[in-house]
Amino acid sequence: MKTEYSIGLSHSTIGTLKKTKLFFPVLLAMVFHCFSTAQESKVDLVTDSILPVHLEEVIVISSYNKALEHKSHHKPLSTLDEYLESSNKVNMIKRGAYAWEPVLNDMSSERLSITIDGMRVFGACTDKMDPITSYVDVSNLSDVHVASGQQGAEQGTTIGGGIDLRLEKSNFKPKGWVGSVETGGETNNEAQIIGGELNYSDEQFYIDTDIIYRKAENYTAGGGEVAFSQFEKYNISANAGYKISDDQQLLASFIYDEAKNVGYPALPMDVSLARAFIGSISWVQSRFIGDFKNWETKLYANSITHIMDDSQRPDVPIRMDMPGWSDTYGYYSQTELTMDKHQFLLKLDGFYNRSLAEMTMYPINPNEREMFMLTWPDVRMINSGFYAEDEISLKEGSLKLSTRLAVQGFNVADEFGLNSLRIFYPEMSQRQARFLKSVSAAYHKKFKMLHVNGGLSYGDRAPSVSEGFGFYLFNSFDNHDYIGDPDLKNEKAIETNVKVSLPMKKLTIGVEANYFHTMDFIIGEVNPDLSVMTIGAEGVKVYKNLEYANLYNISLDTKYEVTPELLWTGLISYHRGTDQDGQNLPFISPIAYNSMVQYTTGTFSGSLTMRGAADQVNFNPVFGEDRSNAYTVFSMALGKSFSINKDAVYIKTGVENIFDEFYSTYTDWNNIPRMGRNFFMTVSYAIN
Amino acid sequence: MKIIKILFTALILSTTFFSCSDNDNDDPIVISENPLEDYNMLTSFTANNHSVEIYSEQQQFTVGYNELFFRIKDDASDSYISNAEVSWKPVMHMTSMMHSCPNSTVSKTNDASVYTGYTVFQMPGNADEYWEMTIEYTIEGQTYNATERIEVRTPLDGKKTVNVFMGSDDTRYVLAMMPMNPEVAVNDFAAMLFKMENMMSFPAVENYKVHIDPRMPGMGNHSSPNNKDLFFNTSSGIYMGKLSLTMTGYWKINLKLENESGEILKGEDITEENESSSLFFEIEF
Repeated sequence: MKTEYSIGLSHSTIGTLKKTKLFFPVLLAMVFHCFSTAQESKVDLVTDSILPVHLEEVIVISSYNKALEHKSHHKPLSTLDEYLESSNKVNMIKRGAYAWEPVLNDMSSERLSITIDGMRVFGACTDKMDPITSYVDVSNLSDVHVASGQQGAEQGTTIGGGIDLRLEKSNFKPKGWVGSVETGGETNNEAQIIGGELNYSDEQFYIDTDIIYRKAENYTAGGGEVAFSQFEKYNISANAGYKISDDQQLLASFIYDEAKNVGYPALPMDVSLARAFIGSISWVQSRFIGDFKNWETKLYANSITHIMDDSQRPDVPIRMDMPGWSDTYGYYSQTELTMDKHQFLLKLDGFYNRSLAEMTMYPINPNEREMFMLTWPDVRMINSGFYAEDEISLKEGSLKLSTRLAVQGFNVADEFGLNSLRIFYPEMSQRQARFLKSVSAAYHKKFKMLHVNGGLSYGDRAPSVSEGFGFYLFNSFDNHDYIGDPDLKNEKAIETNVKVSLPMKKLTIGVEANYFHTMDFIIGEVNPDLSVMTIGAEGVKVYKNLEYANLYNISLDTKYEVTPELLWTGLISYHRGTDQDGQNLPFISPIAYNSMVQYTTGTFSGSLTMRGAADQVNFNPVFGEDRSNAYTVFSMALGKSFSINKDAVYIKTGVENIFDEFYSTYTDWNNIPRMGRNFFMTVSYAIN
Repeated sequence: MKIIKILFTALILSTTFFSCSDNDNDDPIVISENPLEDYNMLTSFTANNHSVEIYSEQQQFTVGYNELFFRIKDDASDSYISNAEVSWKPVMHMTSMMHSCPNSTVSKTNDASVYTGYTVFQMPGNADEYWEMTIEYTIEGQTYNATERIEVRTPLDGKKTVNVFMGSDDTRYVLAMMPMNPEVAVNDFAAMLFKMENMMSFPAVENYKVHIDPRMPGMGNHSSPNNKDLFFNTSSGIYMGKLSLTMTGYWKINLKLENESGEILKGEDITEENESSSLFFEIEF
C-alpha cells in the first residue's frame, strides 16, 4: 500500500492545516495494511541502462519523481538482494533467504569494493553472513552502480569490480513535504513488509527520513519447507542537507539497520542480531581552487555488531557463540577539473577498520571450562589511497585512464590474538604494510552504428582479514576450517575487456567479454598436518597464493522491440574459471540465460520472465561443489493503473516460479533449494 | 624576636635530627620484613625451641611438583636462623608401608635465612595415610630434627600433573609436569622425570625424551600444531619443550616416554581408535 503526498512546493507554502492533512492519510494507509496482503513500493529497476563507455550497470531502485512508474522490476519492494540478483552482472551467493553475498565477474566480497555512497563498510561476520548489502535496504537507496574490474577502483582497491550503493536524497529539489507509506506481502514465506518515508525539501534545506520493516517465515521450496530460513529486519535512515551559500552544501546521512532472528538454512548457525550504525557528514562545494570544481569531502563512520548463535538448532555437536564487531572510520575528498578534452577526477581517501571476532564454545561436560578463541584477532587495517582519472573526449569516442595508489597497513592489536596466530607463524610480525596499485585504460569508439569498447587494466589487492588473520574459520561448504596466512602476497590481476554493441532501430545486440588473469590468486589449500577444530570438519585449509588463475566471462545481450508495445530482452552468459593446473575454481557460473517479454500499453503492463542455467559441468569437489543441475523457472507479473477520485492507483500482481520447480543453483550454499511458487501483489495509492 | 629566632633554629635542628634518626630506624624495618610475604605459608611447626615455616606459591601441598621455601626461627631470640646446614625428607606413611618421593636437596636463596627446594608428591594423604616432612638442620655444629605431618591434597582443579607408572623396562618412574600459566599461544612446557630406585630414593633420569600430543577431548580430540617434544636440558635438569594451545578450555597432554635407545617405555600414539594415551597430563584454563 502506498500513498505519496506532495504538499506545497516550498517551505513557505506549508501551513499547519496541510501538515495535519499529511498525517491523516498516513494513518489511513497503515490501517489499510491490516486488510491487505498486498505489497508496494516506490522502487523500480532499469537494468538496461548500461553506459556505453564505462561498462557500468546502473540498477535504479527508486525513481523519486515517478511514483507510479514501476516499469522493470517485476516485484517492487523486494529485498535489495533480489534487485541485485535481477541485474545482468551481479549474482548472489545464498546461505538462506537473507543477506545474500554479491558476486561480480565470478568474484565475491574480498575481491570486490562494495561501498555505500562511497563509504567503506566491512562486515563483522567471519563466515560472510553479513555482506555490506545486508545493512541497507531499498528504502535507503536511489540506485546501485556496478562497475566491472578496475573500473570499480574509484571507491577502493578491487580485483573483480565495484558496487556502490547510492543513497536516495531529495537534494534541494523544491518539493516541500513528501510522505508515503508502503506495505506488502508474499504468500510463499508469509513475508510482510511495511515502510514509509517522510521528506521535506526546499532550495535551502532538505531532510529525508524513511523506515522499513520486513518479517518473513520459512520459505517453501518446490517440495517442502526450508527450515531456518526466516528473518526479521528493520531499517531507519535519515538524510539532511543545508545550503550554506549558493555553492556550499553541508550534508549528513545516517542509517540504522537491525536484523534479528535470521535463519541460515545452509549453515550450522543462525544470527540473533546483525546491527549497523552508518553515518557521514559531507561538505560539497561547486567551486574549488582555480579551475577545480565540484569539491566534495566526506567524513564517515560505521559500526557493525554481528552475533552468530545456534540456540535455535535442536542438534549441534557443541553449543557456541560467535560474535563479531567491525568499526570503520574513513574519509574521502574529491574534485573535478575540465581542460579542453580532458575531464579529470582526483580523489584522496582513507579508512581505518577494526575487525574483532571471537568464539566461545560450551563443553558438553558441564564441569569443563568454556573454550574461547579469537577468530579475528582485533585486526586494525589502515588504508590511505589516491585515485585519479582522466576521461579524454576523442572524435566519435573517448578514452578513460585511471589509477589508484594506496598504502594498506595491518596491525594485530590483541596480544591474545597475536599469540594465537604465532602458534602457526612463530616469526609473524605484529604490523605489516602493503603498497597497492591499479592502472586502467578504457577506450570507446563509435563506428557508424557500432559501439566498440575495449579496456586493459592491472590491479592488486591485499588479503582480507580472514585470509590474512583468520583463526579456525569454519566453512560449511567444503567442510573445512580455514586458517589465515599473514605472509600472503598481494593478489594481482591483469584484466582485458571488450564490448561490441549495435543499437539499431528495433534491435539492439551487445556482446561483452572479459578476461582476468589473476596472479597469486588467494584460495584455501588443505594442510593435512593440521588437526580440525570444528567437530565433524573434514580438514583444515590454509590460505595460500596460487601461481595464477584465469577467469573468463562472456555475455550476449539482446533487445528487440517487436511493436512499440511489445519488448523482448534476452541475455545469455558463459563463465569459466581455472587455476594454473587447469583445475576448476569454485563458484563459477555455468551457462546462464534469462529472457523477458514485456507488453506495455497505456495503463496496462504485463511481463513474462524466464531464467535458467545449464548443468554446471565445471565444478570443484575439493571446495564442496557438486554438479548443479540445469533449471528453468518462469515468472510473470501484471500491472494496471487507474484512478479513483483523481488519485492514481497502481496494482501489480504476479507469481514467481510458476511451476513450483525444485532447484538450486551454483550459488546456493550447500545446495539449499530456492523458493518455490510465490504469489505477490502490490498496490500503489497516490494522493495528488 | 630573639626567642622566635631561637625557637625557629631549634625547630630546624630538631627536624634535621629527627630526620636522621628516622633514617636510622628504617634499616631494621627492612630487615624485619618477611622476604616470603608474597608466598603462602602452608604450615609452621615448632621443635627444639625453633619454629619452621614452610611457604609456597601454591595454596596447599599439592600432588605433583611443589616448589617450597622455608625459614627456621629461633623462638628464644625471635630471629631467623641464617646459613644453617639443612636437609629434608618427605615420607608417606601408608597403612602397610612407608615411602618417600622425588625431591631436591635444600639450597639457600639470596636471603641467607630462606631455604628452598622442591618435592614431587605422588599421591594425596587421607584419613589413614599421611605425609610427614622431616627437616634436619645444623646450627653451630649442633644438629636438630623437626618432623611434622603435612596435608598433601589433590590439585585444586583436580587435574593430573604427575604420573607414577611402571615402564616396559620394569622400572617405576615418576613424571611430573612443571607448573605453568597456560595461554592461547606457544607455551614453554617442562617436566621432570625420576626413577624409583627403592622406597626412599628417586634419582632424576637424564637424556630420555617425552613426546607430547595435546588434545581436546571435548572438541573431537582437536590437536594443535607446532608442539615440540620435551628434551632433557642438562643445565636445568628439566625436560623442556613447547606446547601450543589453540584455545582455552580442557586439554589433555598425551605423553609417550622414550628412553635413550629409542624404546617407548610408556604411552601410546593417538589415533582414530585410540583417543588417549595411558600417560598424560591435564591442563584447564
